Amino acid sequence: MPTVHKQSRQPIFKTGKGLNRSIVIQISEQKNEPGWMTDFRLRALEIFEQKPMPSWGADLSDLDPNDIHYYLKPITQQQTSWDAVPQDIKDTFDKLGIAKAEQKFLAGVGAQYESEVVYQQLKKKWVDQGVLFLDTGTALQQYPVLFKNYFATVIPPHDNKFAALNSAVWSGGSFVYVPSGVHIDMPLQAYFRINSASMGQFERTLIIAEPGSSVHYVEGCSAPVYRAHSLHSAVVELIALPESNIRYTTIQNWAPNVYNLVTKRAVAHRSATVEWIDGNFGSKITMKYPCIILKEEHAKGQIISIAVAKQHQNQDAGGKIIHLAPNTTSNIVSKSISKQGGITSYRGLIKIIKGAVGAKARVQCDALLLDAASSTNTYPTIDVREKDADVGHEASVSSIDEEQLLYLCSRGLSVQRARAMLVNGFIDAFVKELPMEYAVEINRLIAMEMEGSVG
Amino acid sequence: MIRITQLQVQVDHKIIINRLDLNVEAGSTHAVMGPNGSGKSTLAYALIGHPAYTVTAGSILLGGENIVNLSPDKRAQKGLFLSFQQPPSIPGIDVLTFLKEAHNACTRIAMEVEQFRLLAEECTHRINSKTDLLYRKLNDGFSGGEKKQLEMIQLLLLRPKVVILDEIDSGLDIDALKHVAAGIAYAKQENPDLAVVIITHYQHILRSIVPDVVHIMCDGAIVESGNAQLAYDLEQKGYDAYRS
Repeated sequence: MPTVHKQSRQPIFKTGKGLNRSIVIQISEQKNEPGWMTDFRLRALEIFEQKPMPSWGADLSDLDPNDIHYYLKPITQQQTSWDAVPQDIKDTFDKLGIAKAEQKFLAGVGAQYESEVVYQQLKKKWVDQGVLFLDTGTALQQYPVLFKNYFATVIPPHDNKFAALNSAVWSGGSFVYVPSGVHIDMPLQAYFRINSASMGQFERTLIIAEPGSSVHYVEGCSAPVYRAHSLHSAVVELIALPESNIRYTTIQNWAPNVYNLVTKRAVAHRSATVEWIDGNFGSKITMKYPCIILKEEHAKGQIISIAVAKQHQNQDAGGKIIHLAPNTTSNIVSKSISKQGGITSYRGLIKIIKGAVGAKARVQCDALLLDAASSTNTYPTIDVREKDADVGHEASVSSIDEEQLLYLCSRGLSVQRARAMLVNGFIDAFVKELPMEYAVEINRLIAMEMEGSVG
Repeated sequence: MIRITQLQVQVDHKIIINRLDLNVEAGSTHAVMGPNGSGKSTLAYALIGHPAYTVTAGSILLGGENIVNLSPDKRAQKGLFLSFQQPPSIPGIDVLTFLKEAHNACTRIAMEVEQFRLLAEECTHRINSKTDLLYRKLNDGFSGGEKKQLEMIQLLLLRPKVVILDEIDSGLDIDALKHVAAGIAYAKQENPDLAVVIITHYQHILRSIVPDVVHIMCDGAIVESGNAQLAYDLEQKGYDAYRS
C-alpha cells in the first residue's frame, strides 16, 4: 500500500540528482564490480543518451531524467534475519505483510528498499537442492561465470531507451537459478519498495530454469505518495531451458507519482513453458509489455494481465509473443478497467515466422469502462509469415451491465458490493491464476478501488 | 403481505402501468395473466425497483411499509424476491460465493463456508436438482431450465415474504416446471405466510401451482379478477374478450 508514512532514514550513500559517467562509475565502484561490468554500464549509458524518449505510447514529457537520484544505498549490509533489519525498514515490510507470508507459504523472500536488497532468505530445503536466490549484485560477485553466461542475453542494452538506462545504473533485483529437475513448489517472493522522493529504482532480475525444473516467482511493489515523481525501470530476463516451467507473477501497486517503465522478456526452449501473470494497479504511467520468445519446438507461452487505471493514471500494457519454432503455442488474456478518467491501453504483438508450422496463438483483450470520462485503446499487431499457423484474436469493450447489476442488487447486495463483485468477475481469469493468498488480496484491492465509484 | 394501490409506472416518459390495484394476502397465491405488452413484466420490474421503471403515482406496501422509494437491495432485504424471466449470465462469479453473500444480505445470518455449502446443497435437493449447479459460474452456460432451478434454490435460501415469478414457465418443458413447482411448494411449507405472485401469459403453469386468485391484466391495469376457474375461461375465450 502506498500509505505507509514517510521515513526520515539517512542513506549510507546516495548519488546526486541526474546522470552522467561519473555517477555510473560511482555506482559500479560502490558495488566493487569487475571491469567488464563497469564498461557494460558505461556503454549502456551512451546508448541511453543517444536514444530519443519513446513517443509512440504514453506521454512521458513530464519525466525529467535529471531530477532523479539514480542510486541510494539504505543500509550497510544485507540481512538474512528480519531482526537484523533496521526497525523502520522492517516496519515498512511488516505493514505489507511480507514476513508473515514468508512463514506461511513462500519458499524464499527478497526485500529491496530503494536501490539495495536489505533482506534475502531462501528456505533450507531449497538451498540444499542447489537453488540460488540472491540479489543480482551478490550473484555477480559469487557466481561470476554463471552470471556472465546469461546476463543481458535476452534484453541487451540497445533494446530500448529504458533497458539501456537500467543497464547503466542497475542495482538489486533477484537472481534465481533452479538446477535441473528441481521443482520449487512454493513461490519465491521479491518485494520492491521505493521510500524516498525523486528516487529511481532500477532492479535487474535474472531467472534461469535448468532443464526439467520449475519455479514460481512473485514480485510486489509499492511506494508512498510524494509530490515529486519517482522512476521505476526494471529489466527482467527469464531463461526457460528445455522442459522447464517459469511462472512470473507481478502485483504492481506503485503510488500514483511513479513512472513504471519496465522491460520483461523470456526465452522458452524446447517444450518449456513461460507464464507472465501481470497485475498493474498503481503508478502514474506504466509502460510494460512482457514478451516471450518461443525459441524451440513445443515451447509454450502465456501472458495474463490486468490493468486498472484511475484518475491521472495511464496503464499502457500488453504482451508480445514471438513464435520462432514449429508447434509452439501461446495465449494472451488482457483485462483492463478504467475509471475516473483513467486511460488503459493494450499493446500487443503476435509474430509467427515462416517455418513455425503448427504454431497456435490466441489473444483475448477485454476492457471495462466504468464511466464516460475514462478511455481505453487497443493496438494489436499480428504478423504471421507461416501459412500453417492458427491465430485467433478477440477484443471487447464494455461497461458495467445494468441487467447484471440489478440482478445482484435484487438479491440484497448493495450497488457498491454488486459493482465490486462484477468487476471481480470481470478479472476472474487473472485472479484464478494467483496463489490463494494473493487472490484474496486482489479481491480486497478491487473492493477498495470500487469504493466511492458508485453511480 | 403486498398491497399495490393505484400504481402508475413510466418507462421513457411513457405510462405503461396505470391505476393498478393488487392485494396479495399472506399465505395466498395469485396469478397475474395478460397478453404480450399488457405490462406484466413492467409490473415485476417496478416491484423490485428497476431504475429504468419509474413509479409516478401510487404505493407498494410490503408488510405495511411503502417500498416505492427503496433501492432494489433494500426491497430484497425486506423480503421481496423476484424470479427473473431471463436471469443474466455472469461468467466470472461463482454461484456459491454469490449465494452466500445474498443469503447473508437477506437473512442477516453469517455462516461458515462449509456450513453454507451444506445448506445450499440441501436446498438443491429440495427441488430435485443436481448440486453441480452450485459449483459453476453464475448462470453461465446454464440452460433455461437450469436458470430457473437456480432461481428456486435462491428462493429457498433467501426466505422472502413475497415471491414474484415473472414468466417462470417461458421456454420450460414439463420436467423443468416440476423443479419450479417443487420449489414453490417447499417454500410455502417452510413459510406458510409466503405470498406468491405468478406472472404468466399461459395458464399452463397454473396446473402445477394452483392459484387462489387469478387476475387478468390488460393495458397496464387489472381488468378482471376471479378464482382459478378464470384461467380456464381465459384459455377458452382468449384475452380479446377482456380488453376494454
